[in-house]
Amino acid sequence: MPATIHELTAAYGRGDTTPSRVTEEFLARIAKLDDKIGAYLTVTADQARAAARASDERYRQGRPLGPLDGAPITLKDVFCTKGVRTTCGSKILESFVPPYDATVTERLAKAGCVMLGKSNMDEFAMGSSTEHSALKVTRNPWDLARVPGGSSGGPAAAVAAGLAAGGLGTDTGGSIRQPAAFCGVVGLKPTYGRVSRYGLVAFASSLDHPGPFGADVTDTALLLGAIAGHDPMDATSIDAPVPDYAGALERDVRGLRLGVPNEYFIDGMDPEVEAAVRAAIDVLKGLGATLERVSLPATPHALATYYVIAPAEASSNLARYDGVKYGLRVPGHDLIEMESRTRAAGFGAEVRRRIMLGTYVLSAGYYDAYYGQAQKVRSLVRRDFDAAFGRVDLIVAPTTPNVPFKHGEKADPIAMYLNDVFTIPADMAGVPAVSVPCGFTRGGLPIGLQLIGRALDEATVLRAARAYERATDWHTRRPNVG
Amino acid sequence: MISRDDVLRVARLARLALTDAEVETMREQLSAILSHIDALKAVDTAGVEPTSHAVPQFNVMREDEPRPCFPVEEMLANAPDRAGDFFRVPRIIEE
Amino acid sequence: MSTYDVVIGLEVHAQLTTRTKMFCGCPATFGAPPNTQTCPVCQGMPGTLPVINRRAVEYGVRTALAFNCRVNGACRFARKHYYYPDMPKNFQISQYEEPLAEEGSLEIDLADGRSHRVGIQRLHLEEDVGKLVHEGTLETAQSSLVDFNRAGVPLMETVSKPELRSPEEAAAYLRAFRAVLVYLGVCDGNMEEGSLRCDANISLKPAGASTLGTKVEIKNMNSFRNVQRALEFEVTRQAEALDRGQRIVQETRLWDADRGYTRSMRSKEFAHDYRYFPEPDLVPLKLEPRWIDEIRGALPELPRQRRQRFAASYGLPAYDAALLTQSRALAEYFEAAVREFPQPKLVSNWVMSELLRELPGDDERAIEQATVTPSRLAGLLRLIDDGTISGKIAKSVFETMVRSGEDASTIVRRDGLTQVADAGALAAMVASAIAANPRAVDDYRKGKTAAGKAIVGQVMKASGGRANPAMVSKLVEEELEKLTKR
Repeated sequence: MPATIHELTAAYGRGDTTPSRVTEEFLARIAKLDDKIGAYLTVTADQARAAARASDERYRQGRPLGPLDGAPITLKDVFCTKGVRTTCGSKILESFVPPYDATVTERLAKAGCVMLGKSNMDEFAMGSSTEHSALKVTRNPWDLARVPGGSSGGPAAAVAAGLAAGGLGTDTGGSIRQPAAFCGVVGLKPTYGRVSRYGLVAFASSLDHPGPFGADVTDTALLLGAIAGHDPMDATSIDAPVPDYAGALERDVRGLRLGVPNEYFIDGMDPEVEAAVRAAIDVLKGLGATLERVSLPATPHALATYYVIAPAEASSNLARYDGVKYGLRVPGHDLIEMESRTRAAGFGAEVRRRIMLGTYVLSAGYYDAYYGQAQKVRSLVRRDFDAAFGRVDLIVAPTTPNVPFKHGEKADPIAMYLNDVFTIPADMAGVPAVSVPCGFTRGGLPIGLQLIGRALDEATVLRAARAYERATDWHTRRPNVG
Repeated sequence: MISRDDVLRVARLARLALTDAEVETMREQLSAILSHIDALKAVDTAGVEPTSHAVPQFNVMREDEPRPCFPVEEMLANAPDRAGDFFRVPRIIEE
Repeated sequence: MSTYDVVIGLEVHAQLTTRTKMFCGCPATFGAPPNTQTCPVCQGMPGTLPVINRRAVEYGVRTALAFNCRVNGACRFARKHYYYPDMPKNFQISQYEEPLAEEGSLEIDLADGRSHRVGIQRLHLEEDVGKLVHEGTLETAQSSLVDFNRAGVPLMETVSKPELRSPEEAAAYLRAFRAVLVYLGVCDGNMEEGSLRCDANISLKPAGASTLGTKVEIKNMNSFRNVQRALEFEVTRQAEALDRGQRIVQETRLWDADRGYTRSMRSKEFAHDYRYFPEPDLVPLKLEPRWIDEIRGALPELPRQRRQRFAASYGLPAYDAALLTQSRALAEYFEAAVREFPQPKLVSNWVMSELLRELPGDDERAIEQATVTPSRLAGLLRLIDDGTISGKIAKSVFETMVRSGEDASTIVRRDGLTQVADAGALAAMVASAIAANPRAVDDYRKGKTAAGKAIVGQVMKASGGRANPAMVSKLVEEELEKLTKR
């Protein structure tokens, strides 16, 4: 079973193996297993081999670029990769080949990462199961009849199944953390603006967060370190120093104040999830953290707020897909007919629904009642976190109210939306949050623990996650896929 | 709560062609979602400023320095229809 | 025909002369081959993001201050949504509820000497759209071609209050507005190339009534003259319709300059639903008062102030003052020349006739780079003043100066153009001319004093134009008097 990134790069350094050899192993594994899992939309074998060879050479000369040099990773197909098709899981961009790289793509390449390919997602990142991908079905490596979560189901499943050593996804309402929980891997949503969005195909601009998936916390921290930092091409990116996340992981959590939010333990949540999370909280307490109940009273409104703001921004961001400049074009007698047919054919049902909803809430007469009001309620959500972080350092909670469900089980849109109740608030407030594996159901399905921190305090979030990981071994379990 | 006319108007604004059946399905689904969202109207937000950016920042601007343009071939490589170095679109009928 | 009050508001879009576009680093120049001046950002490709051009904001503030606007230190950009193929994102990044500036004014001078202060409602920044080329006309074309070179160029939109009361005033406002922008160096004011565009809103109401009539938007007026013509047409059209008791339709009409009428675009009784919301990819601006003060401190003297100063301190007629201040460069040229040759009216005459024959007065760069510099002009005028050359010779010297780039003294010396002013030499020439023209002498004796002019002409010709005309005239008159009084 493939090792973690930090184990791999250490092995490269010792000369025990090489990036090329490991890359071939991953490519072989993908060829053998991805028919079952369906994580990859595009495998970039030639490119990966070339990057691996270059990495080999650097190690041979004793001059690796850093701890990620030669790391085999996958990017969610929402990140632009120059010369490599970038579909966003949609028919409307099925053959779109960007002429430029996203900033995160460039930074990972500069760190020496080997990109194995682009992975599957809910179309335009709208979804919580990856079932809304127009191009492929992705299966949860722990139970192929179940979903891997979404919208970053592809990278999460790839890391879980050993089809990549690490990955990059995006989190807008929970789309990194929820699939991380469903797939039993680590997934981090950084502070809003900590990682550049340039080249990330926009879904909801004020809520989109690029972030790493790792098989463990250390890998996650390493990936974050490579992609974080100010980008002049993204006016919303934060100009603040990037700490050495991986270097500060091994400190303990004695005296760390943890808040347990009332609103995240609700009726109807899966009792096994609740039990696993409470047990995890006890572990942290046992490690010396103190616990305190906190209240985040705006939490019940967060879902509705999200389902106004996200579709509104999405309807705007997706207006550009009209068959004129790139992507699918369905012919029409005139421009309007062409555009309308193109968009109807190119977008799936969920995307069309959200575009309609978003257009409606922004339309004349409705703006104040919906979008205007939602942005104010969003302020209330932020205030809750600000107040809580006046008393505690981290908030600890479940990542999801449920466990991975079966394909087709949540056909009703609203039932699907409820997957995100615990993840949405951190997106709205822009604060960093991680999901780490904290147990399994009796049926062997993964459960995720969520740690939420102050803005720009990824270091504390990761430190606590690592402390928990050291005290447990959930992260060492791997699904049996073959 | 959302009418068929609303759905047609919005579909026009959003350039989405919908069949009659789709219009009805959309109407039902949007109505259901909106009735959940309507709960927001009851939340007391008196005196609360809207959040447009989760982590507030101001005055991010760039200097007026040219950057290299992209070659025209790269800009047109994904064009569904082109004429020379132009994008080509079907006839434009004013709304 | 009843009398109506005309109410006009003008909306002016000015392309800013920044080096790069509003939200990306592509050059903002005119005339490049299609789609060669673009990047993923201004092409609206997936994943791209805008970043505000600081100089565009500076130019916006500068303009706002020149128009006495209140600059909103806190302002932000907003998305304005509509579908059109010249807009890559199908939304335009503009400003809506929080524009850069509001509540300013522009004072205009009318032909009859009165002045009128026109209010400016708001000024904001936005990005320009691309260009469409139709195979045929918009109505007949089976397809259209799109060029995004212009997409993203910074635009400054200024909306006047509906305080223009005639088509003439509208044209005057536009001229004055343009002059300020060019003076400030923020726009080159070229209406033919589209760097300055103007739309009008016009309505009529019964004279003295308080409620405004239905306003009609007029587009496609690409020169000052066309603005005036289009609005004059509209005034007539609307007045005739109102006289007949017809309702004015609220719509957009296009001016057709060739046919001389406005025609309706498809009626837009309802407003576009632009679904404005604050641009999430840009953070709000909170402009520092210190920066605004710096910009204010660096404002140049504006056209109207300068014109008034020229008339007052140089004692120039209004006509001269207006012509000389049509561009910053020309006004500065004039003042530099006067500093070296302090006879303003003479300098003005020479600038207006000779310099402006060579160069367009509103071409800042051409004036700044004129071969005949203010100093050289002053040098030429000194040679006339001290009698070295005549005014007539000076004109041809000027032409030579333009061509060769030399200064006046060098040319005069080399070409032997020094005026003959020696009384003895002149007397000799006069004597020759008189001797050669007995008939002229006869005419003079008979009382036709004009005959003297013919003699003067002969002397000038004989001297190759170098005789001092004033002295020659005097000598000829004296001689002829002597001859005919004997």
